[in-house]
Amino acid sequence: MSRYEAVIGLEVHVELKTATKLFCGCSTEFGKEPNTQVCPVCLGLPGSTGVLNKRAVELAVKAGLALNCEIGTHTWFDRKNYFYPDLPKGFQISQIFRPIAHNGYLDIEVNGQEKRIHITRAHIEEDPGKLIHTGESITTSFASYVDYNRSGIPLIEIVSEPEIRSGEEAKAYLEKLKSILEYTGVSDVKMEQGSLRCDANISVRPAGTTTFGTKTEIKNMNSFRAVQRAIEYEIDRQIELLEDGGTIIAETRGWDENKGITVSMRSKEDPDYRSFLEHEISDIKLTPEWIEEVRAALPELPDARKERLVKEHGLPAYDAGIITGSLALAEFFDAVYEKYPDAKTISNWIMGELLRLLNARNLELSQAKITPEGLAKLLELIKKGTISNKMGKEVFELMFEEGNDPEQIVKERGMVQISDEEQLAQILTEVIAQNPKSVADFQSGKKQAIGFLVGQVMKATKGQANPGVVNTMLRNMLAEK
Amino acid sequence: MRIKAEDVEKLALMSRLELTEEEKAAYTESLNASLDYMHSLTKLVTDTVEPAVHVLPMVNVFREDRVEIGLDHKQALANAPEAEAGSFKVPRIV
Repeated sequence: MSRYEAVIGLEVHVELKTATKLFCGCSTEFGKEPNTQVCPVCLGLPGSTGVLNKRAVELAVKAGLALNCEIGTHTWFDRKNYFYPDLPKGFQISQIFRPIAHNGYLDIEVNGQEKRIHITRAHIEEDPGKLIHTGESITTSFASYVDYNRSGIPLIEIVSEPEIRSGEEAKAYLEKLKSILEYTGVSDVKMEQGSLRCDANISVRPAGTTTFGTKTEIKNMNSFRAVQRAIEYEIDRQIELLEDGGTIIAETRGWDENKGITVSMRSKEDPDYRSFLEHEISDIKLTPEWIEEVRAALPELPDARKERLVKEHGLPAYDAGIITGSLALAEFFDAVYEKYPDAKTISNWIMGELLRLLNARNLELSQAKITPEGLAKLLELIKKGTISNKMGKEVFELMFEEGNDPEQIVKERGMVQISDEEQLAQILTEVIAQNPKSVADFQSGKKQAIGFLVGQVMKATKGQANPGVVNTMLRNMLAEK
Repeated sequence: MRIKAEDVEKLALMSRLELTEEEKAAYTESLNASLDYMHSLTKLVTDTVEPAVHVLPMVNVFREDRVEIGLDHKQALANAPEAEAGSFKVPRIV
């Protein structure tokens, strides 16, 4: 047991899935030429005033409810004042004093242990523009470019309580958060496109104490894996520093993915944002009835879906957790089940072949060519005995790569399993004649000798014999001898 | 609370204003006068009063989530002191 305990809080920024920005009608589409989706409002030109996007409020409330938060019936926006080139107005419109959602939680599971992580608040704010530095990093650049396409895109910032204790828990929290937001459709939650970004506040303290140590804030983590690694590194760094008699400096540190270390970016002075009410945007009043309507319209969330797979389909909790961790995977499962209602078999193929290939190729499910209908057909072919399980895996890979119909693949490649007993009988007779020692072994009680004989039959048929049928036939034939 | 010269200096820094010594003295005095006047409000008991976001009772002014055409690229960069690579170019930040 370590003598230290880590205290971690996460701040997650999530872009809401709206067509337009928070206060203007500019498109939020990703990947356009710089500064082509801008207007006087999101460029902060003098005299411009924005109007609040209704959809952004709806999505934020939806997210808040899905995260078990209380929703504020009277909230508003505030100005957070600071100078930075990505912020053309000199202030960011955010919700400082009255967040739209607060006091929520989500449940994670790490090493079979359930844990509840509370959510302090989730508030709506506008995204700043995007900076592209001319040099390798901000400190080595003589100049930077600013793209305001991102400026004004609606975000929710979700702040957790400092209840996370390890990098692993942080990763589990992010995975759960991502799947909840994905299920509710409030965001694309694509870390690689920046629609989900995470900063971590980390401190350590002697185990068993309750006062907080000095914390550092870690930025620049581009994947959940990176978040976990950065946190683990930072915890070790802080403990080592304290053990050597040093003191932690309150600072912002950046994660260097290649070197696997955190690097000091700037010291964290107490920032004075001089926040005050944003008087140009109207405040938001929501009726409890409307909030309940949104709650009632929430889709089935990951935890409930997982439970359904366990209870209705008898899947192991682990399998159900993995499948429902991604909405795409859960929908894939349901679609296969509709055509081929054998949950455990489907789960085995998803957990085995599908995830193996997705991970090996580093692909999203949407990029794979295999369809749920295709998989259902394939499973049918295996069940009928047309092809063996082993052949099925080969066919699966071809379907995954090219999306062909399994029947067509089987036909084209002549992958037909031989289950016909008459056809097999002759081969079996030959194998028995050629392997008197194994036959004798089997008959003298070494039952495992049958495996060798089955293998010889498979070899003789180039893997096309149905191993189940061969096994039964062999036993019958050897018993008669 | 009285405004001191260093408060004015901090305010000037945060507002990115350069002030002369005379201006600092003058602003210290006038800011204190304004604060004294505002101070009379503290006599009111406001514990149970919601902060007023607006002087007008304006709530739920929304727009629908429909794309509108903004500025074209050239117009967008028209006021940029320096532009390059289709972007606003700014000097070294930190």
